[in-house]
Amino acid sequence: MSKRQHISAVVNGDPVEFLSAPGTTLLDALRDELGLTGSKEGCGSGDCGACSVILDGRLVCSCLVLAVEAEGRRVETIEGLADGGTLHPLQQKFLEHAALQCGFCTPGILVAAKALLDANPDPTESEARYWLAGNLCRCTGYDKIIRAVMDAAAELRQVRV
Amino acid sequence: MSQADFIAPDSAEKASRALLAAGARPLSGGTDLLVQLRAGRLPPGMIVDLKRIPGAIGIRQEGGGFVIGAATPGVTLSEHRALGLAWPGVVEAANLIGSTQIQGRASMAGNLCNASPAADSVPALVAARATCLIVGTGGRRMASVESIAVGPGRTSLAPGEFVLEIHLRVRQARSGDAYLRFIPRTEMDIAVVGVAVNLTLDDTGVVSDAHVALGAVAPTVLLVPEAAAALIGSRLDDAALDRLDAAARAACHPISDKRGTIEFRTKIAGVLARRAAVIAHGRAEKRT
Repeated sequence: MSKRQHISAVVNGDPVEFLSAPGTTLLDALRDELGLTGSKEGCGSGDCGACSVILDGRLVCSCLVLAVEAEGRRVETIEGLADGGTLHPLQQKFLEHAALQCGFCTPGILVAAKALLDANPDPTESEARYWLAGNLCRCTGYDKIIRAVMDAAAELRQVRV
Repeated sequence: MSQADFIAPDSAEKASRALLAAGARPLSGGTDLLVQLRAGRLPPGMIVDLKRIPGAIGIRQEGGGFVIGAATPGVTLSEHRALGLAWPGVVEAANLIGSTQIQGRASMAGNLCNASPAADSVPALVAARATCLIVGTGGRRMASVESIAVGPGRTSLAPGEFVLEIHLRVRQARSGDAYLRFIPRTEMDIAVVGVAVNLTLDDTGVVSDAHVALGAVAPTVLLVPEAAAALIGSRLDDAALDRLDAAARAACHPISDKRGTIEFRTKIAGVLARRAAVIAHGRAEKRT
């Protein structure tokens, strides 16, 4: 059994500490050590995007990051998206547009969409579709997801003005 | 994943010493390594994270060229305006790999040392005549990019050696490069064939220098001097493109697999070479 290492990181703005074996993924550490079960494991190989988190400002698959790599770094997960009891505009628009069915892919898509709108507040539909190509959804056919993202982007632009 | 140990050394020399251990593996973006470890294709061993080594992440301009840290993710390449202007083919090749999430992690040095014949960034680097800085316990050395892979999944790196930097040379005026690949969908797939063309025009518009590299049509990425020779001295007229097409096809010795047959890959190599040459030519004309 390999030795567990002590990791200090910042998750959703809060300092956290946990122990991790060298081969444990960030996804497993978030879920099993920190109790943040919003990030999902779909494929475990970086293909589906259900485990998407933002690591030091970059969108990544947390199944392809080792937990020990997070030492001293900032992680943003789906749990940090809402502001207390107030949903993020993306979350609200996903509800309004019925942009989910089973919901398994939804946390990853919301995190990826947030990263998109942080980088590009006014994406074209084509840009949004390419950005989200790494997030697979087997229920919706994507159209409602894209409509919700575009609607949330428009609303966020108005808030900024 | 059961792993023996993990370290993130703060110097290249420490990393090199750690990599001497049996089964030790360098980690940059991890988008290939973690998948292989999880699938059990690699035995558990020491993981040596390169990202805490100074210079491992980032792009710097040096002597008129560019030095790209081994663990620099694709997204950082796409954000570097000067790099994109000088070497658009290299940047577009790297940015074709995977999704937004993969681009947040995946590096060109990882793409190179994973040694897949279908690695998208490698033909573009080879055509660009890129070199890499290799660190080992015996010191540092420079090597050509095409000398790294010796077969699928196998490299020429000695125990303890790893790639720390990729170097792109000074860009001449009236030069352009381009990379095209064939995949059966819009994106997020592995190249069935990939072709990179890098060329320079003289003052009269004649191709004075050219390099052509092919991916996924041989056990390693191929630099094809015969294809380059087909372009040099021409104005990229139809006859030159016909010669390029033929030379690219003649260099192919692919396998047939689920992604494409020998015949298909060979035919497409010629087609993509023509198209990539036209794009590279257009870019060269704009870079006065």
